[in-house]
Amino acid sequence: MNEQQNQDLKPMPEQIRYANILFAGAWLGILVMMITYLMYVSGLISAHVDMTLVTQNWNKGVDEYLKITNSPHGWAWLSLISKGDYLNFIGLVLIAVLTIFCYLFLIAGYGKRKDWAFLVITISEVVVLSVAASGILGTGGH
Amino acid sequence: MSTKTITKWSCFVSLMLVVTLIHPLTASAAQEVGAEGAADPWWFWPLILFFFCFILGIIAVLAGVGGGVLYVPLVGGFFPFHIDFVRGAGLMVALAGALAAGPGLLRRNLASLRLALPVALIASSCAIVGAMLGLYLSKIDPNIVQVCLGATIVGIAILLLLSKNTEKPVVKTQDAIGLALGMHGAFLDQSTKERVDWKTHRTLPGLVLFIFIGVLAGMFGLGAGWANVPVLNLVMGAPLKISVATSKFLLSITDTSAAWIYMNKGCVIPLMAVPSIIGLMFGSFIGVKLLSMVKPKIIRYIVISVLLFAGLKAMDKGLGIGLLG
Repeated sequence: MNEQQNQDLKPMPEQIRYANILFAGAWLGILVMMITYLMYVSGLISAHVDMTLVTQNWNKGVDEYLKITNSPHGWAWLSLISKGDYLNFIGLVLIAVLTIFCYLFLIAGYGKRKDWAFLVITISEVVVLSVAASGILGTGGH
Repeated sequence: MSTKTITKWSCFVSLMLVVTLIHPLTASAAQEVGAEGAADPWWFWPLILFFFCFILGIIAVLAGVGGGVLYVPLVGGFFPFHIDFVRGAGLMVALAGALAAGPGLLRRNLASLRLALPVALIASSCAIVGAMLGLYLSKIDPNIVQVCLGATIVGIAILLLLSKNTEKPVVKTQDAIGLALGMHGAFLDQSTKERVDWKTHRTLPGLVLFIFIGVLAGMFGLGAGWANVPVLNLVMGAPLKISVATSKFLLSITDTSAAWIYMNKGCVIPLMAVPSIIGLMFGSFIGVKLLSMVKPKIIRYIVISVLLFAGLKAMDKGLGIGLLG
């Protein structure tokens, strides 16, 4: 195989950067999730909704559940971050936001090599994911 | 330990899962909670869920399916949680699995960004529509979602049974869209040490199919690997290894958009979502270690049977027939 053919087999630098961030972020998110969950279930930090009340109502639809347990939706959980149950959202949000963050590196890479089609695709994807994350799509963003 | 012993052990674990699910005690315990509120201490269901997802993680890897496609119908059918929370947790489970697998696939150049990014934009946009539609239908009547989910799961089981993926599809001429988007590449096949060059064809029908895949993934909270792979491989002509790896990477994007909709709506309850994610992740590690030692064909047939049963159970539950307990 000549040099050019060998180059084809290698991922582009942005792809490697994407992989590295994904690796660090995914494991950090899972680690945070495990720690915060242990803090929650051990009772180290008090919960906003009593765990028995959660188990008594998780068979109900989401709207009814939120009403009974006086739970927030959208980004309002941030105001309850000091509570054991909502502390868990740090890890969950971390893994959910990771792809948006990784895409920013792809935008830089495609911009640098003037790959306009993929630049538009990656920017559009960041917009789509950001809109979904914002909570404005009829999910009651706060 | 010999391969034969491990294969037998894996079949035993799979059968245990089936037996646990159809055991009258599991069903009646779930029904009791549904009817009278929590009869058990708060830690009972999260603990059961953790071990259940651990076994599910092992089986999912051995059977070559994603965690979400098993999680949603089985947990939805046999645990006392409302389908809204099962779908929210299912997406987080599928997302965590895809994020953990993504880096290795990208570094080895098996997950192709040229192939994944255009497809991901379509699938993730449609997953948002699917998630909103699913939550709307659930608000009207959750049984509609149960019946549609059941029918989809039965369809997936049939698809898994019948689809014959092609290792290296022959693509003679690349179509204009595939060419314009640069949907081609090369990888080193580690098993043969051969360079494999690939390109896509039938790109437009493939992209259209991802509209439906995105909607289904969002609506039912399923990871959509079961649909991604056949479309990438059989329709668009990508080699099987590229299709499987790109599909797994694709899930990390598609499921992110739908997961946000469910999370913002309040459908992710940490008490049940976190043990599901952690259990399935640990199970997947064990599954990967066992993968090289077992013959996964029997496990695959058991999983197809479990999916068929879970699909029929979801339809039975949604239609209120009560034939399957």
